[in-house]
Amino acid sequence: MSTVRRINVDLPLIAVGIALSLYGLAIVFSAGQTDVHTAADKAYRAQAVWIVVSIVAAFAVSRASVRLIEWITLPAYAFTIVLLLALLVGLGSGAGTASSTAGWLTIAGHRLGQPAEFAKLTVVLMLARVLAQNRVAPRSMIELWKPMLVAGGPLLLIMAQGDLGTSIVFVGIFFAMLFWAGVAWQLLLLLASPVISLVLGFDPRIWGAWFLILLALVLWYKPFLGEGLFVVAANVMMGIVGPLLWEHMKPYRQNRLKVFLDPSVDPRGSGYHVIQSQVAIGSGGWFGRGYLHGPQKRLAFLPEQYTDFIFAVVGEELGFIGVSIALALFLMLFLRVVRISERANDSFSSLVAFGLLASWFTHVLENVGMTLNLMPITGIPLPFFSYGGSFMLACWLAIGVLARVSSEGRGGKVGPLRV
Amino acid sequence: MSFHPNDVVRRGRAASVIIAGVLFFLLTAFFRAQVIHSEQALLQSEENRLRQIPTPAPRGKIYDRNNKLIAENVVGYSVALLAQNEDTLRATLTRLRGTINLSGKQFEDAIKRFRRDRARPTTIVQDASFDVVSVLEEHRMEFPSLIIQTAPKRIYPSGVAVGSFVGYTGEINEGELANLAAAGYKPGQQIGRTGIEKQYESQLRGQEGIQFVEVDARNRIVRNGRAREDVTPAEGKPLYTNIDLDLQEYIHTLFGDTLAGAAVAIVPKTGEVLALYSSPSIDPNRFVGGVSSAYYDSLNHDPRLPLLNKAVQGQYAPGSTFKLATSVIALEDSLITFDTRMPQACNGFYYFGNRAWHCWKKEGHGSVNLTGAIAQSCDVYFYQLGQKIGLSRLVAGGISLGFDKKTGIDLPEEKRPIFPTSVPDYFNQKYGARGWTQGSHELNLSIGQGDNSQTVINVARFYSALATDGSEPVPMIARGAPQRTKRFLLDSVTVAQLRKAMMGVVSEGGTAAAAAIAGVKVAGKTGTAQTMRFSAGGKPLYYAWFAGMAPAEDPSVVVVVMVPNVTFEGSTSAGLATKIIQHYLHKQVTNTIANTG
Repeated sequence: MSTVRRINVDLPLIAVGIALSLYGLAIVFSAGQTDVHTAADKAYRAQAVWIVVSIVAAFAVSRASVRLIEWITLPAYAFTIVLLLALLVGLGSGAGTASSTAGWLTIAGHRLGQPAEFAKLTVVLMLARVLAQNRVAPRSMIELWKPMLVAGGPLLLIMAQGDLGTSIVFVGIFFAMLFWAGVAWQLLLLLASPVISLVLGFDPRIWGAWFLILLALVLWYKPFLGEGLFVVAANVMMGIVGPLLWEHMKPYRQNRLKVFLDPSVDPRGSGYHVIQSQVAIGSGGWFGRGYLHGPQKRLAFLPEQYTDFIFAVVGEELGFIGVSIALALFLMLFLRVVRISERANDSFSSLVAFGLLASWFTHVLENVGMTLNLMPITGIPLPFFSYGGSFMLACWLAIGVLARVSSEGRGGKVGPLRV
Repeated sequence: MSFHPNDVVRRGRAASVIIAGVLFFLLTAFFRAQVIHSEQALLQSEENRLRQIPTPAPRGKIYDRNNKLIAENVVGYSVALLAQNEDTLRATLTRLRGTINLSGKQFEDAIKRFRRDRARPTTIVQDASFDVVSVLEEHRMEFPSLIIQTAPKRIYPSGVAVGSFVGYTGEINEGELANLAAAGYKPGQQIGRTGIEKQYESQLRGQEGIQFVEVDARNRIVRNGRAREDVTPAEGKPLYTNIDLDLQEYIHTLFGDTLAGAAVAIVPKTGEVLALYSSPSIDPNRFVGGVSSAYYDSLNHDPRLPLLNKAVQGQYAPGSTFKLATSVIALEDSLITFDTRMPQACNGFYYFGNRAWHCWKKEGHGSVNLTGAIAQSCDVYFYQLGQKIGLSRLVAGGISLGFDKKTGIDLPEEKRPIFPTSVPDYFNQKYGARGWTQGSHELNLSIGQGDNSQTVINVARFYSALATDGSEPVPMIARGAPQRTKRFLLDSVTVAQLRKAMMGVVSEGGTAAAAAIAGVKVAGKTGTAQTMRFSAGGKPLYYAWFAGMAPAEDPSVVVVVMVPNVTFEGSTSAGLATKIIQHYLHKQVTNTIANTG
C-alpha cells in the first residue's frame, strides 16, 4: 500500500491539553513551596511523571478506532460496576477532603486508584451507546429508562461511598448528553424537577412558587398523563421529604451545606476552607502576590492547596490575570470539544465527545465555584490542575478519545483518517 | 436521535453560549473578589499571618532629691506562647513541663491569661532565669510558637530602706484589668501595686512596643521581623521625688532589724517629704514579678506587722503631742494667754467625776502657766484647759486643725485618722445616748487620748504648721509646686511662742532632755499614749511619740517618730528623732558651706 498513513492530529486540542497540564504542574509545584512542611512539597515530581504517563496513554488510546472503543464499552462499563461494588465490600479507603469517603480501591494496603474517575469515562461511553440507538430524540420519560439506568447505577454506588461531589458529575453528564441527544429542554426540566423541589423544599414559599411554574410547564409540554401526574406527585413528595432528609443527613454534610450558605457560621471548622480560600483569591488582586510567594499558601492557611483548592493558589499568586488565563484555556478546550462533537462522524462519537465535555465542565464549574463559595464544598478535583494520578490519567484518556473522534470526524482541512 | 446537521449546529451553538456564559459568570465573580474587594481580603490575609508581639516598655526611673536612683530597670526575660486555642496551649504547656519546671499555678495562670486575651501571646514565665532561657533556646525547634523576649524588670537598689513609700509593681490582675480597660492595659503587663509606683502609675508606665512576626496556620512562628516596621517601646517618664535617699537609708539603719515604728521627715514650709519609713519594712524587690508565698507568709505572720505602713496607715493615739492642738484651740479662742494658770495646781492628780485623773508625773508639777505646761507636758493643766474649752469646741477645733482628714500625701495607702466628727451625735452613735459623759471625753481628748487615733504623717503635718506661721503644706513625695493652707487662726508671733515653749521641753529638766543637739536648737514634744496592752512583765505599753523641729527659731525640718508598744521608760522616740535631725542638718550645713564656696 502506497497510501501514507496520516493521522489527522487535532493540534488545538492537544495544545490546550498540554498547556493546561503544564500550568497545573507549575501550580502543583508552587503549592509544595511552603514555609512549613506539608504533604505537597514533593507532589510535583509524581505529577510530572503522571502527566508523561497520561500523555503516552492518551496517544495509545488515540490509535484505537472509535468502533473499537464502542466495542469495548459494554465490558468496560460492566468492569466499572464490579470495581464500584468492590469498594462497597470493604476494599475502599478515603483521602484528602474526601477522607470520610471510601473512593480509593485498596488491596493489601496499596491504593490502586479511584474507580469513580474511570466510571465517569465508561458511563459517558455507555450513555453514548444507549442514546445513539435512538432514531428520534426521546419525547417521554419512559423512553429514557435505559440512560437513567446506565447513569443511575454508578451514581447510586458512588453516593453509597459517601462521595456526593462525584455523583453530581454524573448528573451533569446525564443531562448534558440527553440535551445533546436532542431531548427537549422542557422534558429535562421535568426530569430534574423533583431534585429542584428537594432543594427548594426548605422554604415553603419558594417551593410554592416553583411548584406553580412546574404546573405551567406540565400544561405546556403536555407529557403523558401518567408521567405528568408522576412528576407533580414526585415534586410534592420531595417538598415534604426535603426537610426530613435534612434531619437525617450526616453532620459533616449538613455542615458543608450550612457553611455554603454562610461560611462565617463555623469559621474555624467547616467554614475555614472556604474563608481562607476566598481570602487567598481576594488578596491576589490584579496580578497576584507573585508565583511561589502567596502568603496564605506559604503559611498553610490554605487547606488542600494542591488538590481541591489548587485554584485558590492560582488566584493568590497570579491574580485575576492568572485566573483569566486559566479560565480562557478551559473555554478554548470546551469550545474545541463542542466543535469536535458537532463534526463527529456518527452519533456515538458525537455523544462521547459531548459527554466528556460535560464531565470536565461540571468539574470546573463545581471546583472553581467552590473556591469562591459559589458552589458548596464537595471534594472534586480541577481537571489538569489538581494533584492526582488517576484523575490526570482519566483526563488525558479523554483527550485521546477526543483526538480520535476529531480525526475521524468531518471538517478540517484534511479528510478523516482512512486506514 | 436527531443528528441532522442543522440540529447539531443549533445545539452546538446553544452549548457554546451556555459554556461561555458560565465561565464568564465565574470570571466576573473573580473580578469582584480580586479587583473590587481585594482590599478586605488583603487585610484579612495580613491579619492571618502577622502576629503582634508586644514588647514591654521599661517603667520610668524614680530619683531622690539629689538624683540618686530609687527605682530602675534591669534586663529580664519573659517566656510566652502563641496558642491557637486552649487545647493546643494545654498540650504545649504539658510538653514544656518535660523541659522546664512549671508549677501548677504557673500552668493555670497561663490558661487564665489566654482566656482573657486570645490574640496576645500568653505569658508563661514572667521573669525567667537565665538557666530556663538557655534550656528553652536549646529546645527552640520543638516549640515553634514560643516567644522568649527581654522584659525590663523593676529593681530598687535600696531595697528594704525604700519599701515603705516606693511600693512595688506586679502583674495586672483581673479586677484591675476590668477597671482599667479604657487605659489600654493588657493581661501580663506590669502595674504599680502600692506606694508611689501606684500613685504615679500613669506617668511611670511606658508605652508598649510591637514586634511583628509571621506565623503559619497553626500559630507557629515562621520568621521574626521584616514583616512590618516594628514599634519600639517607649520608656515611662522619670519621677523626681523629694526623698533624701541618704536620710531614708540612715533612718532604716537607725531602726535596725528589731525596732518597730515609723519616722517621717518633712520640710515644713513646702511639705517636701525627705524620708518616710515604717519599720519593719518590706523588700519591694521580692514583690516584683510575683511575691513568693514563703516571703509573704513571713511578713503576714510577723507580730510587728510589716505589711502595715505605720507612717500612713497605722492609727495611733497621739498622746501629749496633741496638747499643742489643745493649746492652739484655746489660744485661737483667746481663752488663755501663755501666762494663764489653771484654778487647780498640779499635785499629780485631778479629781473629776468620782475618780482621780493622773498626771504622768506622780509628784505633780505645781502651779504652771501654759508655757510651763507645754514644756513639762502637765496633764492636770490640760485637763482643766479641756474643760474650759468644752467638748464641742475641742472637737470642732480638732476638725478645723485637720485631725479628721487625710493629709493628701501622694501615697494611695494613706488612711484617714480617727477623730470625733460632731458633738453629741458621734458619741451617741458610738456609745449610746447614756453611755458617755461629756466631761471624761473633754479630759481624754485634751491630752490626746480617747477617740483620737492619728497617722504619723498627719501629726507631722500639724507640726509643720507649728514650725511655720500656722500654715501647713500637703506632704509630697514627688517633686512639685508646694500647696500650703493657713490653718491656725493665730499670728506668727504666737506660733513662735508655742515653739519657744516646746524648746523648754528639750532643755535640761524637760521630758525630752535627750533631744538637745549641740549647735542647733530643737523644738519638740513627746507623747506617750496608752495602748491598753501590757508587756510580758505586766507593765503597760505605750505609743511613744516625738514630734520635733529644728532649728527651733526657723525650722527647716520637722521629724515625727512613733514607736509602738514600749514601756514608759523605754521610749526611744526622742533619741531617734534627734539623730535624724542631726544627720539631716549636719548635711545641710555642709551643703551651705559648699554653696558659699
